[in-house]
Amino acid sequence: MKKILLNECLLRFPALSRNESLSRSAAASFAMQCDPTVEETAAVKTAVSEAVTNAIVHGYRNSKGNIEMILQLYEGNLLKITIRDRGCGIPDIKAAMEPEFSTAPPEEERSGLGFTVMESFMDKVRVRSSKGKGTAVTLEKTIIGK
Amino acid sequence: MLKIYNDGKRITVSLDGDIDHHAAREIRTALDDIIFRSRPELLVLNMENVGFMDSSGIGLILGRMKAMKAVGGDILIKNARSEIADIIKLSGLSSLIVTKTTT
Repeated sequence: MKKILLNECLLRFPALSRNESLSRSAAASFAMQCDPTVEETAAVKTAVSEAVTNAIVHGYRNSKGNIEMILQLYEGNLLKITIRDRGCGIPDIKAAMEPEFSTAPPEEERSGLGFTVMESFMDKVRVRSSKGKGTAVTLEKTIIGK
Repeated sequence: MLKIYNDGKRITVSLDGDIDHHAAREIRTALDDIIFRSRPELLVLNMENVGFMDSSGIGLILGRMKAMKAVGGDILIKNARSEIADIIKLSGLSSLIVTKTTT
């Protein structure tokens, strides 16, 4: 049976690295209504930070644009966060999700662990992408709370 | 941003705030400046006041590990809170974490 949507928020911000901090704070604030533990809040913040950083570093590498973050709360304390860009898209999602895979030049010191971190901190990570149109990463976590 | 304690061979740098992609660039420049100017035998990163770190911090640590190797030294991390220690472990760098405060 489909879970009932209890709350939904949309946040749109320019794909600038200075906004990474805002995006994870907003996600943490939204998660507050589930009364999460310190660890759960940290997990949500970290996963959001990874997805938003990917959109800035990769999605909009050669262009400018906005990032949209859709925050959703479903019954049963199920948190769904979608981070969407209108950037270049990921040619090979499977390869991109491999640990230590990165297309960024070495001097940028990207660890290639973004998706690995997202997957280890969230229950589910779903990626949809199409070339030239953008990428949407959906992060899911059921908040158990205190 | 950085508090530095230098006893000649060992340098301890206390980082604070959030370590993300945005902040990493500035921290990297500051740390490389210390590494290549002082050429310490040991660089200790005190993470006590770091409230948040994502995988950009791993890139930062890996890069400084290389820089320390280039000057013939080592790098260690101390006082990382548990969520940050989890990310460090995930990246296979757990050997850098000092568990007992010996520094």
